[in-house]
Amino acid sequence: MPSCDAIIIGGGPNGLACATRLAKAGRKVVVLEAQATPGGGATVHEFHPGFTTPSLAHTTRGLDPRVAAAMDLAKHGLSFHPALPTTLLGGPPLTITRGLTTGPDAAAFAALYAKLANFARVLAPFRQLTPPRLTSKGNDWTRLARLGLGIRALGKTDFREFLRMILINIADVVEDDLTDPRLQGLLAFEATLGAWAGPRSPNTLIMLLNHLAMGPDTLLPKGGMAALSQAMTKAAQTAGVEIICNRRATQLTLANDRATGVEIAGEAALHAPLIISAISPRTTFQTLVGPRYLDAGFFDRTDHIRSRGGAAKLHLALKSAPDLGDLKARYVIAPSVNAVETAFNPVKYGEVPKSPVLEFIFPAAYDPNLAPDGQHSLSAVVQFAPHAPKHGLVAARDEMLENTLGTLEANIPGLRDLVLQAELLMPQDIEARFGMVGGNWHHGELAVEQMLFLRPLREAAQYATPIPGLYLAGAGSHPGGGINGTAGWNAAEQILRAS
Amino acid sequence: MSYDALIIGAGHNGLVTACYLARAGMKVCVVEKNDWVGGAAVSRSLYAGFTYSNCSYVSSLFRPEIMRDLELPKHGLQILPYEGGAVFTEDGGYLGMFRDHDANRREFARHSPRDAEAYDRYSRDIMRFCRFIRPMLMRTPPDPSSFRPRDIAELIWLGRKMGEMSERQLAEMIRFWTMSISDFLDEYFEHPVIKAYLAVSAIIGTALGPMSPGSAYVLLHHYMGDVDGNVGAWGFARGGMGSITQALAKSLAASGGEVRAGFGVAQVLVQGGRAVGVTLENGNEIRAKRVISNMDVKRTFLKHVPESDLPGDFVKRVKAFKIRGSSGKLNIALDAAPEFPALPKGAPNLKGDLHFTDSIEKMERAYDDWKSGHFSRDPFQDVMIPTMIDPTMTPPGKHFMSCFVQYAPPKIAGGEWTDADRHAFGQTCLDQIERFSPGFKNKVLHVEVRTPRELEAEVGLTEGNIFQGELTFDQLLFNRPVPGYAQYRSPIKDLWICGSSTHPGGGVMGAPGRNAAAEVLRDAKLPAKMSDAYAVL
Amino acid sequence: MSLTHYQTPLLQTPFHARTAAANVLNNWGPWAGYMTALCYGDTAMEHTAIRNAVSVYDLCPMVKYRIVGPEAADYLNRLTLRNAAKLPVGSVHYTAWCDDEGKILDDGTLFRHGSQDYLICCQERHLPWLQASVKGFDVTVTEATEDIAALSLQGPCAASVLDAAGFDIWALKPFRMMTFPFGGGQITISRTGFTGDLGYELWTTPDQALPLWDHLFSHGAPWGIRPIGTDALNLARIEAGFLITNMDFIPADQAVREDRARSPFEIGLDWMIDWDKGHFTGRRALLAERDKGSDWAMVGLDVPGNISAEGSILYHGKKREAGFITAAAWSPSTKRSVAIAQVQAKYRKGDDLWVEIYALRELQYVKLMLQVTVTDRPFFNPPRKRATPPARF
Repeated sequence: MPSCDAIIIGGGPNGLACATRLAKAGRKVVVLEAQATPGGGATVHEFHPGFTTPSLAHTTRGLDPRVAAAMDLAKHGLSFHPALPTTLLGGPPLTITRGLTTGPDAAAFAALYAKLANFARVLAPFRQLTPPRLTSKGNDWTRLARLGLGIRALGKTDFREFLRMILINIADVVEDDLTDPRLQGLLAFEATLGAWAGPRSPNTLIMLLNHLAMGPDTLLPKGGMAALSQAMTKAAQTAGVEIICNRRATQLTLANDRATGVEIAGEAALHAPLIISAISPRTTFQTLVGPRYLDAGFFDRTDHIRSRGGAAKLHLALKSAPDLGDLKARYVIAPSVNAVETAFNPVKYGEVPKSPVLEFIFPAAYDPNLAPDGQHSLSAVVQFAPHAPKHGLVAARDEMLENTLGTLEANIPGLRDLVLQAELLMPQDIEARFGMVGGNWHHGELAVEQMLFLRPLREAAQYATPIPGLYLAGAGSHPGGGINGTAGWNAAEQILRAS
Repeated sequence: MSYDALIIGAGHNGLVTACYLARAGMKVCVVEKNDWVGGAAVSRSLYAGFTYSNCSYVSSLFRPEIMRDLELPKHGLQILPYEGGAVFTEDGGYLGMFRDHDANRREFARHSPRDAEAYDRYSRDIMRFCRFIRPMLMRTPPDPSSFRPRDIAELIWLGRKMGEMSERQLAEMIRFWTMSISDFLDEYFEHPVIKAYLAVSAIIGTALGPMSPGSAYVLLHHYMGDVDGNVGAWGFARGGMGSITQALAKSLAASGGEVRAGFGVAQVLVQGGRAVGVTLENGNEIRAKRVISNMDVKRTFLKHVPESDLPGDFVKRVKAFKIRGSSGKLNIALDAAPEFPALPKGAPNLKGDLHFTDSIEKMERAYDDWKSGHFSRDPFQDVMIPTMIDPTMTPPGKHFMSCFVQYAPPKIAGGEWTDADRHAFGQTCLDQIERFSPGFKNKVLHVEVRTPRELEAEVGLTEGNIFQGELTFDQLLFNRPVPGYAQYRSPIKDLWICGSSTHPGGGVMGAPGRNAAAEVLRDAKLPAKMSDAYAVL
Repeated sequence: MSLTHYQTPLLQTPFHARTAAANVLNNWGPWAGYMTALCYGDTAMEHTAIRNAVSVYDLCPMVKYRIVGPEAADYLNRLTLRNAAKLPVGSVHYTAWCDDEGKILDDGTLFRHGSQDYLICCQERHLPWLQASVKGFDVTVTEATEDIAALSLQGPCAASVLDAAGFDIWALKPFRMMTFPFGGGQITISRTGFTGDLGYELWTTPDQALPLWDHLFSHGAPWGIRPIGTDALNLARIEAGFLITNMDFIPADQAVREDRARSPFEIGLDWMIDWDKGHFTGRRALLAERDKGSDWAMVGLDVPGNISAEGSILYHGKKREAGFITAAAWSPSTKRSVAIAQVQAKYRKGDDLWVEIYALRELQYVKLMLQVTVTDRPFFNPPRKRATPPARF
């Protein structure tokens, strides 16, 4: 007798979204979370007495509207600060809100932004889709045709531009259309954020389009990222989902070639006819399932899911506010396309860049209780960091921290003197702490050859896996990560359709 | 004097177009700015008694249908398959390539037994992708934004081709097209030198590194040719690459076509929105019912057509066309065969391509140099000694060595190449060879160093790009050279383009020239004497 | 490995000194990177030796992989179609393995030398696949082709020759093996073969190869022992109805054209599948095929007349292409013309099935259209193949 209808492994935004959708369809759902609190990449921790920092994601581009609405997150206490403007350092601060900025490139930037936002608009519905299969059978052709027509409806000129640009590199785009190196650098940085690619790599524009398709703004929940997780947790529980923390699922159990449950470290096994993994696909197949229930070719190819994390996470405890005004912005230091490219070059060889590029926020500027009175913390995503440092993790971490502080100091003179404590999470640290293979936020690089029907592998791209009863619902599936719950929601929809 | 068709540029594609048009009965004239024909497929004598393949140096892609249609063998063309090849490693060893399957497997097994067997599987997987792409080379790309029956039919044909594949195959192919060669090779191989050898075709002529997504497609671009049906094989043109264009020129003459060499074109004459001929640099005019440019798309429209005759959007796109050069070339006359102590005596490896880059990381670092605006400090070189097989190019016992070098940027740190840069570049390459072949430099009789600057100045390849435009998806198929103008036509009526800037792109392939001729004849309602693409059984 | 491989791309087997001396025709062909004798002197007489007396065939080029480790049985159960855990130590079985799509990669014989020690013997090289399949199993796979010298001793007098040579194999049943001391080392004798007759395969180390050859030939002389080439063996295996990889089917990983790959159902090896042993690679695809049906079938054919149908195309109703012959011969042992063919599954029963033969007679092809009959394989199946103890001559 199964004790519930579905077990979801992993209580991050995708796991919670998936659980809620299933619970609302009347399923009895249990979520197993290995950590002490749900939230996955949207959790916080105290890294210095009195200083709380977002552990990984420090902003979001907004939740999937389906998730936000169905989970009624506002009712569960989620609200956002006004959208964060982006401020570029490295020269007179330049502020950007969506396509709006100032200076000689303002018009060109607005035009380019409008064009890209238009492309993102027609691509956004693809995010909410179960990826089509590359066969004539089993696809919702009506819906696909409608989405295809949506692209064609861009008009002849933009449609051609879309086909030309869809796999282009971001560097060529910004160098064709913009002249201000910092604006070029900003878009180069945004397109490669969380990716393992430099801006001259083909297929990078589409990553920027994906960011835009998630939402136009950088958002910060009131109360910090923890507030988002808490609201999602409450919403899931209200829908009837049982969330059990500190439970690590270790092994899938099967009978008659069907998933029947999971074994749990130090606990009795839990059984359900539906097992949904919102953790990394590679871990799911290699550890949770193991080779005995999978074909050799498929199992071998789980090693080919590329999952190199290129971003490090920096947390600084500051004894006072740096001289940057009210600190209410997302700051970006990415002075040019070449700066971003040069920051990427060394990580290809397991080395640390001399001058990393980064974005950062001051969480306590928005939520003062996150730091002691008058003090501040800085939360930064620093690119690029080697996922497999040639000379070992410790040396790489030290060098990365030094180079990052150097870059910050060069742009915010005096900052180093304010630092009480610094914590730098390299990709390997992120892997250890969050279970993200290679430290990649997306549980597998969000690159074109790992998108849609190729994500994470063609046999598991429609959320179902080769094992009947086992589904994927995490960032490793279409459309990837980013604190929005889309993958989890899509998976739930697919599961409900299939049953 | 008026012609039915005037072709600007006697490169291989211009000549191919001219030949097909002449055979269909048109009165054809090819004008060439240099005193010789051939464009980037030339054999020239720059040192007493030595013939150099100045630019392109090996052949595989040249379509056999064209050789047959234009009777090129009758006009002297002979393609010689080559034998062997080697990558020399930093530790004094080598990885050899052999034509014999078993010898080759055992040579690979010397480095990695698993890789030796994986190589067979890899070759077959690549062959599957080649089989899909080969039939597309000799077809005009459809315009996906058009609702004309012909474009729709072509799109349906393309869809059907994809539909013939299984879900698995299609997924593998899409994945391959979009990924980097480095990632792709990692899925098959473990040994760095084997990976380095196999990555070569993905970077030749390309402003991408082996770790750049999209580089795997470039590899396919080099594998989709054949020598006598041996798909993926490469060979030499006997007498140098100029033999191809010489044979084309003779074929053209035999069909009554005309070549005027030594006449640079100043401007395409446009009257009433139609191209009606050209003005030469000497001021003379030549009139023709249509003008077909073999020059790259940038040179054609930005230098030789009045901007006022072109739509603004088109000019903008042409200006943004990516045509960054990435390669240089050394042509070396040698007093004697170079010796490579790593190779066993009598090994046939010198009769093929020789490389000195033993890891993908070194290739990628060479690319990093290019990105920062410098030629590679430790470049990748594709070295050939055609005279190991073809004794006709040098005096007996002497050798011609062709060194194709990646990477050389179109500009050095944002500025023009200087003679000092060029000298330093040449020395860097010679020093690298000397490291693996002690005494090599003493055998050098003459060196011609060609940077992107020389390629542009002499051959007319903008920015020295050997493919007349980079081979990334934004510039392939219906995007090449400019979306909406991928069918060899231009915004100006009767002005056509037939060079490698058009589908299917660069390499001494002839397919752009042939496809352009097919379109011209189609519009002129003249029957084309042209073989269909050979069936892929 | 020798650096002169480009001068001698084909390896010589450990028996080369003897096979070369015996190969009076100097008639060699390549097989898996080795020189192999196609015919030593006279194919008909060599075939006669298989069916009448005793023959020796140099098996060294067969590709061999050793699979050793605590999870060797689990590994092989995941890899192959049959249940390797059920194979007793000292036994051999004929098995096959598939890719994820359930298409055959190869077939071969699996020898169990110990509870954690197997040897797989097959036609094609599979190291990358076998090693990829290792992931997650405590097992090592190593290539052992060059470590083993092997001879096949086949024919009704084979047991008598072994007995004379001092190997008491009378109690050895088909698909079992025994080990004997030999020279300074040892020799394993398995009752296996590829002729469909009484026969044994002898496995030893390369250093014992020439002594073994000499030993067999000196003791086998009274029975007319004779080396045979691949041509004679091929004739015998067609009579026995055995398949050869890359002759009767192409390994799925070698098929550039996707539609060439075949499943076990499609080449008649579905009997091997142990559905109850747990998961194995291709199982889900094969289950689906079992439910949905296959596209192709492998059949034995009786061809009228006495002309070999090698390389011919099959038609249904003389018109519609229905399949093709993969192997065919006039069978001296059954006195009929037989063939192995791949046919589209809907024609597997053989109604109205015709073969179009182009027979070359004095430089000119004669075209024949003959109606064929689907018939059971093996075409030749003598009781002596199975009898234990075998008859003593």
